[in-house]
Amino acid sequence: MFEWTQNFADWIVYSVLKIEAETAVGSALNFFIYDTIKILILLFLIVFIMGIVNAYFPVDRLRDFLTNKKLYGLEYFFAALFGAITPFCSCSSVPLFIGFVRGGIPLGVTFAFLITSPLVNEIALAMFLGMFGVKATLIYAGSGILLGTVGGFVLGKMNLGHLLTEWVRNILENAQKVSEEFEQKKLSFFQRLPSITREAWQIVNGVLVYILIGIGIGAFMYGYVPENFFETYLGGGDWWTVPAAVVLAVPMYANAAAIVPVIEVFVIKGVPLGTAIAFMMATIGLSLPEATLLKKVMTWRLIAIFFGVVTVFIIFSGYIFNILL
Amino acid sequence: MKKIKVLGPGCKKCQTAYNNAMEAVRQVDVEADVIKIDDIEEMIKYNVLATPVLIIDEEEKVAGRVPQVKEIKELLIAQ
Repeated sequence: MFEWTQNFADWIVYSVLKIEAETAVGSALNFFIYDTIKILILLFLIVFIMGIVNAYFPVDRLRDFLTNKKLYGLEYFFAALFGAITPFCSCSSVPLFIGFVRGGIPLGVTFAFLITSPLVNEIALAMFLGMFGVKATLIYAGSGILLGTVGGFVLGKMNLGHLLTEWVRNILENAQKVSEEFEQKKLSFFQRLPSITREAWQIVNGVLVYILIGIGIGAFMYGYVPENFFETYLGGGDWWTVPAAVVLAVPMYANAAAIVPVIEVFVIKGVPLGTAIAFMMATIGLSLPEATLLKKVMTWRLIAIFFGVVTVFIIFSGYIFNILL
Repeated sequence: MKKIKVLGPGCKKCQTAYNNAMEAVRQVDVEADVIKIDDIEEMIKYNVLATPVLIIDEEEKVAGRVPQVKEIKELLIAQ
């Protein structure tokens, strides 16, 4: 599907710019052009498809589904699935958290949503598809949803309600079940198409600079870092590399758009894919800025438990990836 | 006099929503107050789930995405 981009990159670098393919500059530049075009096309497509899905399933409707339907234990899975398909910026996490819990959704189910939402997002999906192919993308998305489901279930069983901040507990005590119908204007698919396209374009535009930085760093490493560098110096596939990579990545925050191109090069240069994915999940799924936001609704102890449980599961999934891939 | 409220904790999207609202008011000949609400406790009173949210005269118009200038203008004129 993307052979033409490779041909285009070859043509630009080797024929127009007349840079030798064997040089570091040549291979770095070729990699940069090829990856950028491919990623941008995939990104636009996936964001566009997600936009259509979201026009029909706004988060209000998903919440009502979780509140009103009897799901016999499947609610954790659905919450995680919804977390994966709804895009929302991290600063929505507090209003969402309160909105869910106040609507009568159990804490564990809310956690399932909260875990998966940043972990599986459309930008990372598009970039995975472009860089690692369909199989790795499905495993990534599937394990992100599984991680949210299991993590939410485990956290739910721990009875953590008393560790919410007093402010939230007050809200919950005074809460009457809110399920007012959100007045959505009924628009046909074709009436919606222009605004969905425009939003997709805006999202791609908004992350463009991060993607270029990420691919730029990736291209540099691709051209200049020797083969098997990581294997030689960072232990390659040793058992301790997965937890080390995850623990290192938790406090860090990077946009998915910037981190995926970098881990692609990690993988090309000899880091096992599972370790790299675990590293990425810890970077985008858990971060200090997120912890600070959640401080409004959770005590430090609860944040620590939440982060701890998710970290452990990310490490597990890293090992599983390494076995499967 | 219309009252426009933009709810959002202060991320980039919410800032854009606020700027768009200001621009829309400037472009149409409607008297309106634009207020940005970034206090979470205040926001919760409106049953907000996903930000940014655009409220015109206490009525929720757009939620969870950035409204365009053109769109806000239409909403202002329509009322």
